[in-house]
Amino acid sequence: MNRALEIAFVVFLASVPFWLGNLYYLHILVTTGIFIIAAMSLNLLLGYTGQLSLGHVAFFGIGAYTSALVSLGFDLSITENYTFVLEPKPVWFAFLCGIVLAAICGWLIGRISFKVRGAYFVIVTISFAEVVRLVALNWIDLTEGPMALNNIPPFTFSIPGLWELTFYKKEPNYWLVLALCVVSFVIIRRLVNSRAGRAMIALRENEPLATSVGVDVTKYLVLATIVSAGMAGAAGGLYTHYVRIVDPDVFLFIYTVTMVIMVITGGKGTLAGPIVGGLIFGILPEVLREFAAPEVQWMIYGVLMILIVYFLPAGIIPALSQWWQRRSQSHEQVTQGAAE
Amino acid sequence: MSSKTAKQDKALVVDSLAMRFGGLLAIKSMTFHVNEGEVLGLIGPNGAGKTTAFNAITGYLRPSEGSISYRGSSLVGLKPNEIADLGVVRTFQKTSVFGGQSAFDNVLMGLHRRQKQNALEIIFALPSVAAEERRMRDKAHEILDFVGLDGRAGELGSALPYGEQRLLEVAVALAAQPSLLLLDEPVSGMNPSETSSFMNIMGEIRKLGITVLLVEHDMRMVMGVSDRVIVLNHGSIIADGSPSQIQKNPEVIRAYLGDRYDKAKSGSKGKKRAQG
Repeated sequence: MNRALEIAFVVFLASVPFWLGNLYYLHILVTTGIFIIAAMSLNLLLGYTGQLSLGHVAFFGIGAYTSALVSLGFDLSITENYTFVLEPKPVWFAFLCGIVLAAICGWLIGRISFKVRGAYFVIVTISFAEVVRLVALNWIDLTEGPMALNNIPPFTFSIPGLWELTFYKKEPNYWLVLALCVVSFVIIRRLVNSRAGRAMIALRENEPLATSVGVDVTKYLVLATIVSAGMAGAAGGLYTHYVRIVDPDVFLFIYTVTMVIMVITGGKGTLAGPIVGGLIFGILPEVLREFAAPEVQWMIYGVLMILIVYFLPAGIIPALSQWWQRRSQSHEQVTQGAAE
Repeated sequence: MSSKTAKQDKALVVDSLAMRFGGLLAIKSMTFHVNEGEVLGLIGPNGAGKTTAFNAITGYLRPSEGSISYRGSSLVGLKPNEIADLGVVRTFQKTSVFGGQSAFDNVLMGLHRRQKQNALEIIFALPSVAAEERRMRDKAHEILDFVGLDGRAGELGSALPYGEQRLLEVAVALAAQPSLLLLDEPVSGMNPSETSSFMNIMGEIRKLGITVLLVEHDMRMVMGVSDRVIVLNHGSIIADGSPSQIQKNPEVIRAYLGDRYDKAKSGSKGKKRAQG
C-alpha cells in the first residue's frame, strides 16, 4: 500500500515536465531538488545522530568544484619544472570524483571533531567551510577565484556509438535530479532502518547506554558524516553541471542555514521532513516574488519560519503524524463505542 | 561445558583497584573476583564506592591503580563498547532507556552486537540483511517476553511506568548478549511485588548461564538471589561470604546492615501479615 503510494508519487513527479509548460518553474524545481538532496544529507547528521553541521555547504561546494575541475581539466604547477596536468574527463567520472572527495573530507572532519562533540563539532564544521571558501577564493591558479569557473560541461548520457544525449535542456536535468533524490532517499531509509541507523539513533538518545551495549561511537558518527558529506557532494556536482558556472559563493553560510531551516521545519529525524521543508522553502521565495518586494519576501520567509518552529517545534512531519494518530485513535474509539 | 569454565573458575578478577578523583579517595583498594556462573551481590552503604567500581569495570572511568580482567583479558583502558564486546554489559543506577523509542526498538538497539550487517550491505539491501532483520525482530520479541514486557512493545520507553522502565533496561542489557551482567540497583524504586517478580527474572537469567554482579540496597533481594555477597565500606572490602555468613558477620552488622537489615526483616513480616 505504502510502496504503491510512493511509486505513484515518484511517477507523478516524473510527469511534471510534460504538463508544467513553464521552463522557469521547472528550473525552480531542479534547484529545489538539488537543495532537497543536500537537506536530506544534513538530516542524516542533524536528525539521526543529533550532530549539527553548520558547515555542510563545504561538502556541497567541494563536490561542485571537484566535479567542475575534473570535467574541465586543469594544470597545476607543483614545482618550478613540474606541472601536473589533468585532461578533461567525462562528466560522470568528474561527478563521482566530487562525491568521493566530499566523502573523504567528511571522514576527515568526522575523525578529528568527534573526539569532542556538540558545540565543538559545530565550530569545527563552520571553520572548515570558511577555510574551504577562502581556498576557493584565493587559489586563483586552480579555481579562478571570484572570476568563477565557466563553461562547465553539462551531463551527457550516451550509449557508445549509438546514441548520445547532452543535458542542455531543463527536462533531462530535472529527471536526473529526481532520480538522485530517490536514490538518496532510499539510501538514507535503508541506513536508518538498519543496525547502523539504530546505532546512530541510540547515540543521539542516550550515549552512555548505547556504548554499554557495544555501540562504537566514533565509528557510527564517522559513518554518518561520510555518507552525509558524499551525498552533499553529489548535490554539489548536480548543481555545477546544471548551472554550468561555479564561484566561491557556493560556500556562503546562508546556504547551510537554508538547509538547516529545511530540515528543522520539515522535521529532523524523519525521512520525509527534508523533502517537505525543502519544497516549502525552495518554492516559497519564487511564489512570493510575484507579489512582494524582495525585502518583504525575506520578512515573510522569516515570519513563516518562526511560526512553524513556534507552533510545531518538532517540525511539520511529526506534527502531521501525531495528528493522524490521534484522529485514527478517536475514530477507533467511536467505532468501538458504536459496536458496544 | 569444557573444564575451563568449571564452577570455580574466576570470570572477573579485580585486583587492588583504587579510584581517586583529585584528592578524594573513592576506592582505597578493592580486590575481589566473580566466579563463572554465580550471582555475586556487592553491598555497602551509600558512598562506599559501588557505582564507582562499576564505572571502572565497564570502562566509563579509568582506574587510578590496580587491574581488572575478564576471562584473562585486561579491561583497563578499553572503551565501554569494547568491554561490551567481551561480553561485559551493565545497567545504570539512574534509569536509563532510549526514551524516545518504543520498548521494542529499545531492545532492537540493544541487539547491536548480535548483528553482522555492514554499511555497504545495508545500502545495497542484500538479502542477508533482510533475513537478519527478521531474526532480530523475533529475538527482540523473545527478550521482551522474557522480562514480561511483550505487551508493551509499542510503548515509548519514557512513557512506561518506572518499574517497567527498569525491566526494559535489563532487557536492553540482555539483548547485548552478556556473559557477565552488572546490575546497578535494578529494583530501586520498585514496589515489593515488582521486586519479587524481578527476583524470578534473576533466577531465569541465572539459568541462561549468565554470571551476574549485583549492586543493590534491597537486602531481601540481595540475600535472596546471591550465591555469595561481598561488603564494601569506605572503599575497601570488609567481608566476603555466603548470604547467611554475611548476615551473621559482626563487622558487617556494625558497619552497615545493623538497623537496616532489621528494618528489612520487619518490613517483609509486615507484608506477610498484610497478605495473610
